[in-house]
Amino acid sequence: MKREEIRVCLLRVGGTNCDSETQRAFQELGVQTENVHLNEMVKRKNLMEYQGLVFPGGFSYGDYVRAGAIWAKRLIAKLGNELKTFVEANRPILGICNGFQVLVESGLLPGFEGMSAYPEATLATNVPQGYNCRWVHIKNENKGRCIYTSKIPRGEVLRIPVAHSEGRFLFPKQKEQELLDNLYEKDLVVFRYCDNKGEYAEGLFPSNPNGSFHDIAGICNPEGTIFGLMPHPERAIFWWQQPDWTRQKNWPRYGDGKIIFESLIRYLVKKG
Amino acid sequence: MKYFARVEVKLKPGHSDPEGETTGSLLRELGYKIEEVCVSKVYTILLEAQTHSEARNKTEEMCKRLLANPTKDNYAIFIEEAQ
Repeated sequence: MKREEIRVCLLRVGGTNCDSETQRAFQELGVQTENVHLNEMVKRKNLMEYQGLVFPGGFSYGDYVRAGAIWAKRLIAKLGNELKTFVEANRPILGICNGFQVLVESGLLPGFEGMSAYPEATLATNVPQGYNCRWVHIKNENKGRCIYTSKIPRGEVLRIPVAHSEGRFLFPKQKEQELLDNLYEKDLVVFRYCDNKGEYAEGLFPSNPNGSFHDIAGICNPEGTIFGLMPHPERAIFWWQQPDWTRQKNWPRYGDGKIIFESLIRYLVKKG
Repeated sequence: MKYFARVEVKLKPGHSDPEGETTGSLLRELGYKIEEVCVSKVYTILLEAQTHSEARNKTEEMCKRLLANPTKDNYAIFIEEAQ
């Protein structure tokens, strides 16, 4: 498939944000996007007309009950069959920040044995408590499963911002180690928080901005096609989005977030 | 019959509660000798059911499907007849 023929759906509801930034990122890379409200998609039921699906960041439905929970359950109730078909066709789904919370709450991630009826993990309130908006470093841990990091060498460190209050990735306490082993065995760990030299944060703030278990910043499903991360790659596409661009003389045209979108597009072009 | 279902969702033991810790530290600053503050969420749901146990079962299902995330949450359900 030619890059310009690819169509990506950016799904939105009340309270989502950064959908325009995500759209701008895809446009820069020559991919068509459409920003569609969930209610509109429920009427149209044409999800399969898109090659990719993105759940952007924000505070969907006010983050009531738990961050991402209402959107996740509404999605399953209203669009469950279409979503299942989309997933079974190995079409990629990206969840950024609130979108990651939606993927976890809907049971799509980690999805050890496919989509689970109840969430297998959670993105809990940050430790230290509060909304945290800062640039962080994340290291690519994936050995090749995740289609969104195929262009990123393993061990490479990216600088991308986070902006959230509920990003502390957790497993049930009594099964923490077992499920972490499972993540590694299936190659589902994608990004871990680290410092600017690539040393793991070891749970310490501010390198780990939310107290995430094992410094986890992003994971994928066993097929590598569904990927969620707390950092916002769409806010790190252009040189002028960087926090220190005025202090650099020769700033590269693009930021570190671009390669995640490029990897996704490469998969879509190859998939046809 | 109409019933009130009161659902309390709270963190499972062992999960850190940053909201409770922050609140607790301020209460200590205000001079209260407290050991711990735990934050929980309470939902009061008015629902229709034939019996008390049907009301409980329906509420239990709501907890599993939406109100609690089994990774970190415990929940308690209290059912009473609506007057």
